[in-house]
Amino acid sequence: MSDTALDPTTAPKFQVAAKTLMGDSQLRKNVRHATKVIQTKRARVVAEMPDWQDLREAGKQLRQHTMRHLDFYLEQFERNCTAAGGHVHWAKDAEDARRIVVDLVKASEVDGKSPTEVIKIKSMTTEEIHLNKALAQAGVHAYETDLAELIIQLGHDQPSHIVVPALHKNRAQIREIFMREMKLPGTDFSKLGGTPQDLADAARRFLREKFLRVKTAVSGANFLIAETGSVCIVESEGNGRMCLTLPETLISVAGIDKVIPRYQDLEVVLQLLPRSATGERMNPYNSLWTGVDKAPAGGDGPRNFHVVLMDNARTEILADEEARQTLNCIRCGACQNACPVYQQTGGHAYGSVYAGPIGAILTPQLMEMHHAQSLPYASSLCGACYEVCPVKINIPEVLIHLRNKVVKQQSSGLNILVNPEVMALKAVAMVFRSEGVFRASQKLGRLAELPLSHKDGQGVGWIDWLPGMLGGWTQVRDLRVMPKQTFRQWFEERGKDAPGRRSEDSVGKESGNER
Amino acid sequence: MDTEARAGADSSDAARIGGIYGRTSIRLADRKRRTGLRVSLFITCYNDTLFPETGKAVVRVLERLGHSVDFPAGQTCCGQMHWNTGYQEEAFPLLKRFVDQFRNSEAVVSPSTSCVAMMRDHYPLMAERLKDEKLKAEVAALLPRVWEFSEFLTKKLGLEDVGAYYPHRVTYHASCHGLRSLHVGDGPMKLLRAVRGIDLVEIENLEQCCGFGGTFAIKNAEVSSAMLSEKVRGVLNTRAEAVTGCDNSCLMHIGGALHRERTGVRPVHIAEILASEEGGQR
Repeated sequence: MSDTALDPTTAPKFQVAAKTLMGDSQLRKNVRHATKVIQTKRARVVAEMPDWQDLREAGKQLRQHTMRHLDFYLEQFERNCTAAGGHVHWAKDAEDARRIVVDLVKASEVDGKSPTEVIKIKSMTTEEIHLNKALAQAGVHAYETDLAELIIQLGHDQPSHIVVPALHKNRAQIREIFMREMKLPGTDFSKLGGTPQDLADAARRFLREKFLRVKTAVSGANFLIAETGSVCIVESEGNGRMCLTLPETLISVAGIDKVIPRYQDLEVVLQLLPRSATGERMNPYNSLWTGVDKAPAGGDGPRNFHVVLMDNARTEILADEEARQTLNCIRCGACQNACPVYQQTGGHAYGSVYAGPIGAILTPQLMEMHHAQSLPYASSLCGACYEVCPVKINIPEVLIHLRNKVVKQQSSGLNILVNPEVMALKAVAMVFRSEGVFRASQKLGRLAELPLSHKDGQGVGWIDWLPGMLGGWTQVRDLRVMPKQTFRQWFEERGKDAPGRRSEDSVGKESGNER
Repeated sequence: MDTEARAGADSSDAARIGGIYGRTSIRLADRKRRTGLRVSLFITCYNDTLFPETGKAVVRVLERLGHSVDFPAGQTCCGQMHWNTGYQEEAFPLLKRFVDQFRNSEAVVSPSTSCVAMMRDHYPLMAERLKDEKLKAEVAALLPRVWEFSEFLTKKLGLEDVGAYYPHRVTYHASCHGLRSLHVGDGPMKLLRAVRGIDLVEIENLEQCCGFGGTFAIKNAEVSSAMLSEKVRGVLNTRAEAVTGCDNSCLMHIGGALHRERTGVRPVHIAEILASEEGGQR
């Protein structure tokens, strides 16, 4: 993977990117191993919850209710956050959000000067809008402080998972990246040991210097609590806690979907999220803060606190009744770990920071269906994602809904004439609309496949090559030819043989062996 | 078994079947007298065309259990392929056709988990979308009478042992739709465990998709192939000679690779195992 940001507007089709990535055996081994480990951990901690299904239902209801009254809760959050000394900014789209954050960073003077550095907590929302690039263009370097995001940043790589962004890298690769890319005056990282402790220690030394020096921080948010105006971030490493408490200025970027109504609702989401995401009963660090400490100088935490509430197509998703449940997502990544497609390809194939099943429904909608149209098809609809989703998003259902939107685009106007798939599926649909045509097609099909058929040792015909799109099937699979007689022909003939036809009468003759 | 000899002993069903199948089947024959149902078979388009043996086996099992089978001739396809690929407009007429064909059926049985899942998961929504109140009511009334073959046996009839004999080493593939949509659970395994002579071996990662997914296998052939390769490895690791399941679409997918690699392992629908009897040809 290169330095090029994951951008759905320029990414290749899923099947093309997948084919390339699947050639990387190291990546596939890493992804398979990591998803398996997290899945196993998740299964263990979910199994110990007797009320897990009730919790999921509560999570679903909670998120559904919030989305139905999103306008109300967002304004309530704004009021309460502002009253507590925070500043709330509204961003219509990614560009808006980038501009607001860059301006806020520039305005957050450090020793009378505009800062040239910020520290960051892992945030997929800021990845979604390519914030680091915008900051760099404005002359501000963003240091990622989450271990995985640090690995990605130092490795000039891109995140491949919403919870474990460096899931596609193994320990040996991480060590190489650290030895090559970590630079800190007075510290030599080039002779790094290979144990997890060695790597964590290197990251700690590298980052501690940033925590103590940089006075402006940028974060995302896990939850915004409307009732209190509080913001909640959960994490495993403590880097987040550092970013949230040490700097003078904190800027938190959140999609408008991150709001929950009440403080009490954390009871539900803070049980669902860690168990689903990392297989932990509770996150090691749960940070909750409300505005700023109004005590005179010397109080805790940042003196300036900003929340950027970003829409970026979420309102459009909300307007689509069938797809709106997409917004219920609490970003646990369980669907990614459970997805047999993701397990084969890893996250980069999805051409978006949101990979896996949730990415397959979220990304095209964030693009308002103008890009990423191949993603709704990046699923076998096996339902494993729906099964593990802590807020019961019926991802297969939304995938099918989005496929319908794609088909409508593809079959509008003259498009239909140049798209063989659309033509073929519409033709097949006509076949199924009449018994007579269906029967005729069965006969026709048997004739059409004749030249492709080879007999095996048992005299059964097999096809090992099919033309065009259908060639996808025969690249690794054979196809048995159609038997000489369809089932319906057999059933009808059997009726003729047994004059009674009532099948009870034919039990004696038929209940057995002739095949 | 000599068919003529059996036909000659036709005086009493119980005596006849019992004589051939032993005690379990006497019980089955008793059951027939009490509960014989008129079952309408929805064979599904691909089973009709590609897997007639499965349909024949379903008929054989149901009749052996004392039920009668009819086949509404106007049936074609449930609409799954179109619906799932995004061609919703094309699927609506197929919903109507299904209702037209089966509205008067006492019970509808279909040997395909994914087609039954299509109906249960989507038909009510489709009728809703068509804003057709009459159709909505008909769908609501009909769906509780629609059964996937294995669940008809286990849930509707409450059976595990259907008097089958199949002396082969077999592994079972749990199709995603059966597992996660119909929730057939271990119903098919119970049916298989009761088969005399069978050597049933459980596959690793039973709940993992085989990678078929309808048009997914063609649109995302590379990923589908990689998923299939894991499933095939699982099948081979069981050292089974046959892989069975409740959905011929998955079995066609797995079987296609098993044949390409000349593994000698065959796919066989669960109905064909349950239809096999001692003294039969297989």
